[in-house]
Amino acid sequence: MNKTVSRRKFLKISGATIGLLAASGTVGSLVKKTNAFTEKKKGGVNGIQKIPTFCDLCFWKCGAIAYIKDGELWKLEGNPEDPLSNGRLCPRGTGGVGAMYDPDRLKAPLIRKSERGKEQWVEVTWDEAFTYIADKMNKIKADYGPEAMAYFVHGIGGNFIKHLMKAYGTPNITAPSFAQCRGPRDIGFRLTFGEDVGSPERTDIKNSKCLVLIGSHLGENMHNTQVQEFAEMNDNGGSIIVVDPRFSVAAGKAKYYLPIKPGTDIALLLAWMKVIVDENLYDKEYVDKYGFGFEQFKAEISQYTPEWAYAETGIEPELIRASAREMAKYRPATLIHSGRHTTWYGDDTQRSRAIALLNALMGSWGRKGGYFYPAMMSVPGYPYPPYPKPEKGKVDNPGNTIYPFATEGHDTITNGVREATITGKPYPIKGWFTYGTNLMYAMPNQDETIKAIQNLDLLVVTDVLPSELAGWADVVLPESVYLERYDDLNVELFREPFTALRQPVLDSPNEQKPNWWIAKKLADKLGLGHFFPWNDIEEYLSKRLTAAGLSLDELKKKGIIRGEKKPVYFEEGVPAEFNTPSKKIEFYSLQLAEKGHDPVPKYTKHQEPPSGSFRLIFGRSPVHTFSKTQNNRILADMSDENELWINHNAAMRLGIKSGDYVRLKNQDGVVSNKVKVKATERIRHDCVYMTHGFGHNSKMLKQAFLKGASDSQMITKYKIDPLMGGTGMNINFVTIEV
Amino acid sequence: MARFGMVIDTKKCVGCMDCVVACKTENNVPEGFNRDWITTDVKGTFPTVKMQIRTERCNHCDNPPCVDCCPCGASHVHDLGGVVLVHHDKCSGCKACIAACPYDARFIHPDGYADKCTFCIHRVEQGMDPACVSVCPTHCMYFGDLDDPNSSVSKLLNSRKYRALISEAGTKPQIYYLD
Repeated sequence: MNKTVSRRKFLKISGATIGLLAASGTVGSLVKKTNAFTEKKKGGVNGIQKIPTFCDLCFWKCGAIAYIKDGELWKLEGNPEDPLSNGRLCPRGTGGVGAMYDPDRLKAPLIRKSERGKEQWVEVTWDEAFTYIADKMNKIKADYGPEAMAYFVHGIGGNFIKHLMKAYGTPNITAPSFAQCRGPRDIGFRLTFGEDVGSPERTDIKNSKCLVLIGSHLGENMHNTQVQEFAEMNDNGGSIIVVDPRFSVAAGKAKYYLPIKPGTDIALLLAWMKVIVDENLYDKEYVDKYGFGFEQFKAEISQYTPEWAYAETGIEPELIRASAREMAKYRPATLIHSGRHTTWYGDDTQRSRAIALLNALMGSWGRKGGYFYPAMMSVPGYPYPPYPKPEKGKVDNPGNTIYPFATEGHDTITNGVREATITGKPYPIKGWFTYGTNLMYAMPNQDETIKAIQNLDLLVVTDVLPSELAGWADVVLPESVYLERYDDLNVELFREPFTALRQPVLDSPNEQKPNWWIAKKLADKLGLGHFFPWNDIEEYLSKRLTAAGLSLDELKKKGIIRGEKKPVYFEEGVPAEFNTPSKKIEFYSLQLAEKGHDPVPKYTKHQEPPSGSFRLIFGRSPVHTFSKTQNNRILADMSDENELWINHNAAMRLGIKSGDYVRLKNQDGVVSNKVKVKATERIRHDCVYMTHGFGHNSKMLKQAFLKGASDSQMITKYKIDPLMGGTGMNINFVTIEV
Repeated sequence: MARFGMVIDTKKCVGCMDCVVACKTENNVPEGFNRDWITTDVKGTFPTVKMQIRTERCNHCDNPPCVDCCPCGASHVHDLGGVVLVHHDKCSGCKACIAACPYDARFIHPDGYADKCTFCIHRVEQGMDPACVSVCPTHCMYFGDLDDPNSSVSKLLNSRKYRALISEAGTKPQIYYLD
């Protein structure tokens, strides 16, 4: 029996904790009572106030209600009116209290006072910070043109600075969420159906009768609505098929678990499709009506037998057949999940396309229990003056020639911008402005990121915490946490349309400011004030809402206004239109063929770990998001370090056991921080696994500093997807240093 | 008389710890301590593995050894629903209850008293579910009156296979786990 009992650990340390507390003369909740922040209260209102807003612990943006008790944040609950949370936040959202009361928050603007990366600063006023940034940005514009500034952003909070960057004149606005995450999936689905699956995904999990998860670990990956619907479909007796080298939480709920050899998913997908086509199990009517190039597709996949796939994937032919037939039994309510973090091996767009095609065979795109057609409320943007047109095109993928399917004007490749910053080609990048993204953790190969930073004349980092990236910045701008600020409206594409408001529930404790204020003030300094014609955020929000026939006052009270439900399936009257060149679902892609790529996905063998090495794979913890929550004291009480999952037998051979600490050494000789071993029957023998986001080396993150190991540090090698520029990161091999 | 209890559907639980976080904020449980926790049982050999994930806490036993052994009368059975509670001001922090509890459900709060799950009696008295139950994204937890045949908990126990933890200890635990 393998028991995970976090409480026992707490009992063990309780003696020490009490001693410490007694010595410092404080008792009770560290998070609340001993926190200096709480001395500054909002008007000292007695009793309980309930203020609706939306969450920022991840990108899902669930509707939340903040409970303020005697002027302090007590707790956060889901907003029952919100179709994303349905009144229930995930553990991170519930733990948002710890984000607000994090004692390590950035408190005032900082300007670097010694060499980059040393984390030595002087505190300055906002005006001094803006003057410094504006002088540098003006000089960059004069010397190199506005295109030499790049903006790296994550989250809705980045919208106003994005607007400023467009007003300044740069086209180089980029987010790791494309080339380090969901980009391959988006492109694979666009190449097939003419549309991507969006975020939140248009997966109709709650109505699916068969759910197939390929490497997606719902339940550990806490995308709130998806996890809720996963539990619901499971409770309704739905069939679950899980493909994963690790026996995930979802695998524990599955009817079929396929313990695949990492890197061989395309082989499995091709064999599944062959079984389904050969046995005439696919939705023939749907394919005949909406499909393009099916015969060529059928001929191409005919070579991939389950016996062939067995040799590649390690999955028994009969298991491949049985799981394929299981899927067909429930179609069209069979949902092969698109996944989200899909940058694994560098052929990820083709894998995503194979997933899209398997869905097409099930007839699940546009159907109940498959992929719905999302709806959105019509809320016009603010009527701003037109942006200046950049003289130069984007730097990452000039003329779309390198990565032909990273859609021009839609997606920008972070690693393309980083590469241009290093080489100065096709033109120099001299300034980075970042918002809400810790590029040291988000991007592979930290040395390349540092090399690029050393070529910059200006690096501005905007964040709530002193991340590793902040350690390299010239200027650090401390942002208010989400509970202290307004942001742009969340007008979401989802199963039903809605508009949500983020509003402050308390004041910021120190000099922190909201992003809209930062953008507007810096615009004034840059002489771009006319791009911000509103006086404050409420005026901006009111103008947008009034144009949509909504009211800010109502939204402040409710947090969310739901729109009218619209048809979301073909069977409800959604027109079956596909924005592909053939205007059909492309089983065979002429546009891929034209650019010299496989028109039907093919399988390529990937390098396997040498003897004695393991492939390093990584995933999510339900209580953490990226590298931004490990310092949250409440969430750290749930999980304060990551563990190295290793197959029990492999661990025995190495003479290590659960609870031991080891270090990893990768193929390039990089050695990790020490990490606790979890020897388990829940993983294959040829890979090791850890959750992402730990092993922080920013000293200012006092809780998270050197807790666990960083997968990002070990990912020195990456393979670029030739279709869209994404970085496949599951290609690093490690040995275990005892 | 009501008898409060919980039914937890392990088929739905994903072990996300939302119940633990919600308890922590609702009840201001101090850093370093939790009143509920997740247990994962794994059986078998890869890839033929069986796994059960559960959320656990004080079982609010019908025959509570923590109450029997308490020298101060601090640990007691509440009038409403048979919930086992601790009078903080009466508790001397002697830890006899911690030793007596087969579930390891108690700890000494930094303020010096024995602390544990209260079934969120302050919420229940207002007609709400405990915080852990109302936050659960998978709806795997049910709270209610086991003496009421029409309650959701009674209905589930009538229709599904269930077990209680360490029932052999004879404490008559009131949290039931559906397979």
